[in-house]
Amino acid sequence: MRRVSAEVLNARKLGVYHSITIVAPEVAERVRPGQFLSIGMPPERAFLLRRHFSIHQASRRGGWAGTLEFVFDPRGSGTAWLAEIKAHQFLDVIGPLGKAFAYPTKLNTCLLVAEGHGAAPLYFLAQELRARGKRVDMVVGAETQEHVFKPIEGKRLSQTIAIVTADGSLGERGSVLDAMPAMLESTRAQVVYAAAERSTLRAIAELCMERQIPSQVTVEEPMACGIGLCFTCTVPLIRKDGSGYDNVRACTEGPVFNPARILWDRWLLDEPRMAPTPPEGFPVVKAWPG
Amino acid sequence: MRSSLVVDLNGLRFAHPVLAAAGCLATRRDGPGLVDLHRLGGVVTRTLTLAPSKGAPTPRAAETASGMVSFVGLQNPGLEEFVAEDLPRLRKAQVPVIVSVAGSSLEEYIRIANALHDLEGIVALEVYLSGADGERGGEPFYARPDRIHEVVGAVSRLSRLPVFVKLPPLLPDLVETARLCVRDGAHGFTLIDAVPALAIDADRLRPRLAVPVGGLSGPAIKPIALAAVYRVARAMPDVPIMGVGGISTGEDAVEFFLAGAWAVQVGTAMLVNPSAPVEIARGIQAYLKAKGIASPGDLRGRLRIQSEVPEPEVMS
Repeated sequence: MRRVSAEVLNARKLGVYHSITIVAPEVAERVRPGQFLSIGMPPERAFLLRRHFSIHQASRRGGWAGTLEFVFDPRGSGTAWLAEIKAHQFLDVIGPLGKAFAYPTKLNTCLLVAEGHGAAPLYFLAQELRARGKRVDMVVGAETQEHVFKPIEGKRLSQTIAIVTADGSLGERGSVLDAMPAMLESTRAQVVYAAAERSTLRAIAELCMERQIPSQVTVEEPMACGIGLCFTCTVPLIRKDGSGYDNVRACTEGPVFNPARILWDRWLLDEPRMAPTPPEGFPVVKAWPG
Repeated sequence: MRSSLVVDLNGLRFAHPVLAAAGCLATRRDGPGLVDLHRLGGVVTRTLTLAPSKGAPTPRAAETASGMVSFVGLQNPGLEEFVAEDLPRLRKAQVPVIVSVAGSSLEEYIRIANALHDLEGIVALEVYLSGADGERGGEPFYARPDRIHEVVGAVSRLSRLPVFVKLPPLLPDLVETARLCVRDGAHGFTLIDAVPALAIDADRLRPRLAVPVGGLSGPAIKPIALAAVYRVARAMPDVPIMGVGGISTGEDAVEFFLAGAWAVQVGTAMLVNPSAPVEIARGIQAYLKAKGIASPGDLRGRLRIQSEVPEPEVMS
């Protein structure tokens, strides 16, 4: 993990999203899918915290060696500033950060499930899985056609793909959850990877646990520092031996987790309030990929 | 003239006056390790409680204009693990350690202070008073002068270490409270603790933190912190003050010295720039050199006040 001043090679619009490619060989050579970058904001501005983005693409070889690409939805002040960044400007970058997805050793059929630009890190994962001889299928969903992240790229990377939109403007109408059961059947998926918002992740996790399919999810948790200092991005994670749980940092112990170990009830409190007493008896979760 | 960054807080010496503030460094479960511990003037630990604490539910932080509202809820490994795992690591880095302590009862403050005062590497205690007082219905300890008096008195009497009291700025009478702490044996102050603050998401009709009211930190609170330091320093010029609140550059730190601080702590700026303390120390050095001033201590009392008007009612 390094902190570098990285030159922007390319900054462009990608449908409703934005994509920035930076030159950071020291970072790119160590990157694995699921890891993220921390980008410093300009000094003397009202938005001061670093912003954090999953890595969409890293090229370690060839003519573009040492570049990294990340994708964002310019919604807040920080991402709006980033959307104005032009090629040849420099960004304050820390990375690669966080734990990456684990590749299955024996299992071979992988279903990747993503909502919105959550697909960005999963396309990177798809490449790496395919390079390891794994079969990759995908379920990609979004609000509307414009929000489906690089559908053509998704098709190229997967054996079969189900695209769903909430308004039916592309693919079937519905959510990734509607499309998952059929895809699990048709692909006989042995492993599931997912990137989505909390409540969707929970439903995906439950579906996988029901069917005893090992899965890994990456959480989109807002982080104040991204480098393990502030303890604001914690996720309640059941200990491996089932002896209780700990609030662990999404930035350092995550953002990739085995969803069977997330204490969903505690994490998805509907009403903000102090945490309830922990439930009795935590499950012992087998090591990935179970 | 050669200037030196060494500061002496009435017997407590730091190689340079920039410390990491409480809650802005990981403990043993260290993250990527971007912070060069041995290059810090000192470290104030995450606030420590007797028993391990899991902290508050998330979301725990929200960015606001020039600042951050946060409430971590004192997540920490507890005394036992801190002594076994964290302290050795800090000792190895040869950085002076100030332990921030909290309790939910007077007895807990006493027990934790007792357990810490003989350990190598610890140079001082910082008493955190913004936690919930379990014996007074969960209101913060700082809300009642009698509780401040009890806690600060007990910890100061018990501990052989110098005791710094961390105070929030919005007390009915900050200066009078500070005087009381000194009478109770406090060695000095850390000014200021985060300012109580609320961030709201109007779209979802919700507070942006799980526990609605958190603490505001970052550049937004710097002027508030400066005023607190200035007022306490003017009343008690011989009592060391560590200034904290929105310091992110050498110039910010210099402003605190001019207001009357003896050293400074850096919090939120470290989250944004993990090498901020080192850069701030360099900035102070450059300022001293440019002005021909020998040490940060020589900046205290240098503030040129045009006219001393009695403090308005709002300040008392």
